[in-house]
Amino acid sequence: MAENGVLHPERVLTLDTMNPNVKRVEYAVRGPIVQRAVQIEKELKEGVKKPFTEVLRANIGDCHAMGQRPITFLRQVLALCTYPELLEDNKFPEDAKSRARRFLAACGGGSIGSYSMSQGIELVRQDVARYIERRDGIPSNPDNIYLSSGASDAITTMLKLLISGEGATRTGVMISKPQYPLYSAALADLGAVQINYYLDESKNWSMDASELRRSLAEAKKHCTPRAICVINPGNPTGQVQSRQCIEDVIRFAAEENLFLMADEVYQDNIYAEGCEFNSFKKVLFEMGPKYSNKVELASFHSTSKCYMGECGFRGGYMELINLDPDVKVQLTKLVSVRLCPPVTGQALLDLVVNPPQPDEPSYPTYKKERAAVLAALADKAKMTEEIFNKVPGMSCNTVQGAMYAFPRIELPQKAIEAAKEKGQAPDMFYCMTLLEEKGICLVPGSGFGQREGTFHFRMTILPPTETLKVVLEKVEEFHRKFTEQYS
Amino acid sequence: MSENGVTARRSKVLTIDTMNATVKKVEYAVRGPIVQRAVQIEKELKEGAKKPFTEVIKANIGDAHAMGQQPITFFRQVLALCSYPELLKDGNFPEDAKHRARRILQGCGGESIGAYSGSQGIECIRQDVARYIERRDGGVPCDPDNVFLSTGASDGIVTMLKLLVAGEGRSRTGIMISIPQYPLYSAALAELGAVQVNYYLDEEKCWGLDISELQRSLEAARQHCNPRALCIINPGNPTGQVQSRQCIEDVIRFAAKEDLFLMADEVYQDNVYADGCQFHSFKKVLFEMGPEYSNTVELASFHSTSKCYMGECGFRGGYMEVINLDPEVKEQLSKLVSVRLCPPVPGQALMGLVVNPPQPGEPSYTTFMKERTGVLSTLAEKAKLTEQILNTVPGIACNPVQGAMYSFPRITLPERAVKEAKEKGQAPDMLYCMKLLEETGICLVPGSGFGQRDGTYHFRMTILPPVDKLQILLSKLKEFHQRFTQQYS
Repeated sequence: MAENGVLHPERVLTLDTMNPNVKRVEYAVRGPIVQRAVQIEKELKEGVKKPFTEVLRANIGDCHAMGQRPITFLRQVLALCTYPELLEDNKFPEDAKSRARRFLAACGGGSIGSYSMSQGIELVRQDVARYIERRDGIPSNPDNIYLSSGASDAITTMLKLLISGEGATRTGVMISKPQYPLYSAALADLGAVQINYYLDESKNWSMDASELRRSLAEAKKHCTPRAICVINPGNPTGQVQSRQCIEDVIRFAAEENLFLMADEVYQDNIYAEGCEFNSFKKVLFEMGPKYSNKVELASFHSTSKCYMGECGFRGGYMELINLDPDVKVQLTKLVSVRLCPPVTGQALLDLVVNPPQPDEPSYPTYKKERAAVLAALADKAKMTEEIFNKVPGMSCNTVQGAMYAFPRIELPQKAIEAAKEKGQAPDMFYCMTLLEEKGICLVPGSGFGQREGTFHFRMTILPPTETLKVVLEKVEEFHRKFTEQYS
Repeated sequence: MSENGVTARRSKVLTIDTMNATVKKVEYAVRGPIVQRAVQIEKELKEGAKKPFTEVIKANIGDAHAMGQQPITFFRQVLALCSYPELLKDGNFPEDAKHRARRILQGCGGESIGAYSGSQGIECIRQDVARYIERRDGGVPCDPDNVFLSTGASDGIVTMLKLLVAGEGRSRTGIMISIPQYPLYSAALAELGAVQVNYYLDEEKCWGLDISELQRSLEAARQHCNPRALCIINPGNPTGQVQSRQCIEDVIRFAAKEDLFLMADEVYQDNVYADGCQFHSFKKVLFEMGPEYSNTVELASFHSTSKCYMGECGFRGGYMEVINLDPEVKEQLSKLVSVRLCPPVPGQALMGLVVNPPQPGEPSYTTFMKERTGVLSTLAEKAKLTEQILNTVPGIACNPVQGAMYSFPRITLPERAVKEAKEKGQAPDMLYCMKLLEETGICLVPGSGFGQRDGTYHFRMTILPPVDKLQILLSKLKEFHQRFTQQYS
């Protein structure tokens, strides 16, 4: 294998021999543009001169990275659970201590270092069930709740269960265009068929039953559609679906025998007047037994978004409605192989669904912090929409909820051509240029999907208000210049 | 759909028939039917049901804290400081803990452990892991860029197996794994639709690995699949053997000769008890074998925060180091892990402490060393105790528990018991373990859940319960075995 001291063996694991599905996976939120951003940050550290002094990462829904503070109560309880010696420290409020004791009592050996049940600590699942009941006014069975490592984990698990068949019988899964690219990545990895249904940009990114039907009819020609995924509030689009719309989707799923996957991780992130979060489960049950006894539904939630923003803890859960009992046995078996979700994430989730109550010492601070985070996000959502809509060649739908603006950008023909020459999607070309010139990192709309011939980018609304203002101004400047340059 | 007020029962969308076929093939005995029954029994006890015992002893899973082992103080202090940085002002925390916490927080977005980290894991922690590996392996260099933090070792293992799976029919990827094995491997291979290629460990030689057996297994496998990788667990699970250095060299030579990607599961690397046994990392041995091997053999080594002296299973901390991974495949790997964003940050922080513990001269050093030594020496005691007691039972033969956390004794079952099990459609050692559970409340995992030579039976029992409890457990087990043997004579 060695010739003249030079070794050139054929490796075992190469691009040709590796898993072909994995090669098809893309995840734009941490894709090429972010890799370039990281590289630029390194260059800046090494003293390279650039037209900016720092890279602004507005590519990912990571609140704390953008300066948002954790909720005090949550972190106090987590510290107490982590180092129970602190239970004797009088700097901690009694309600935090009692939550910590309660949680520890539910852990093996009274330690968060033990594995938990694979489905998640029973106490936490009971608390989650009560949260769901309070939110929806509908009973929830803790046994239908599975805690997970972030919502992504549970979503992937359910998609995995749904995949079967080959060729024309291969599972098809409906997902919005635009979508959060976890879905497209998971479907590629699993070798499932991705079925796109367009959201209507002219109607604030709402869903349309006729579009669902069109998409489904088309898909039936080449696969077996089995599920429909909805993200509400939407990512990247930020729309909060109306109650009517949710009913229509449920009716559609019931008529067309589709498993319904409701990604509701932004359920507290609602900003626009007249918008309200309606959980799929609640609407399903309010539609009566004809639907609530039949439609198979999985709803997902997470500790990464809302007002907590605790992305790093990887906390989450899913609730299953009308899941076949034999399949449930299989699901339980499947999650057991990975032992359990991180216990610190489970603890965090427990606090999120069981926060300080009005009569408890931590309540005023908790309430204040929570309200402040959500109010700031609402402000920034509005500001972003307003500023973008003033820019010629940019139009931004109302950021009704979630954490992102997804404005449409007009690109001059010359820019489109320049992009094509580089083998780049035009909005990737735009975003890359923005990154190099202004140090602002956004994700091109092509990473999420969009109607042919349209271009967008996704920008988070997370930087602190002052910084966000500066970012928006710079994007505006850039857009004008770019448009001029390529005219 | 509705006739005479009777609603016709429509078939669900997601049923046992329409669901993913490979998922149905997955089994994971460590949390399988016997544990489900144990949980049920615990509920019955809570409801006041009368049983010949007052509690269930879960000796089925390698969960040290659940069995009463205490966390390492220093680790929990730093993690608490990271969780609630207000505590950095608290005079009750030692300076070295605060220093570690500040360093970790500085490596986090917005200085919060609530931020996502880079998908490969926090850079300063990967650097610490690299330094740990270098110290451990006598100076063999480690590049932090080859280190991927993960959600427990299981996550890294499954990711690598996924990358390796390709082809169809005769060209379908085959993966070699020991019999007995830790059933994460068989479960992952079933789920991925890969071909499991078994090689037997030699019970007569303390579960040692035999190259001729590897050769036999590989040749047989080549008839029907494309073997691409060899997985080895050292120290072993469930078997507890600590492979000799010679053996490790032989395996590396075999992998090089046969073009196999080597996967070294080394999560029990600190759990080495028996005299004359020593942990040798695959990487160290690989590099000591010279460039002919160290430049060519593709290796992934796995470690975790769940075992050793920490036992922090719930944190889901882990890492893998990849050696000689094709650069284009590495890009694909980075892309793949990016979809799940990042491993849990508290687990990353914990791993950072495990690989960078208190040093002599630091305030926390004395306590840290005492606690660490305490845990490991207790485990060594219990390993020996278990082996000794089990070997006094006629019909039970237990190899020395050289390392890890389990005994895996061979049990002789009377022919009548084997027959009854077969009639019930149960593996004979499952019948045995189920009866043991019902009669004594002791929960073990039957050997059939890990794999064993045909016609032999085993169980896996952890050595984790506190010494006095373990003694009671072992004596109840002894009584049970004698009773069972008599009953089925």
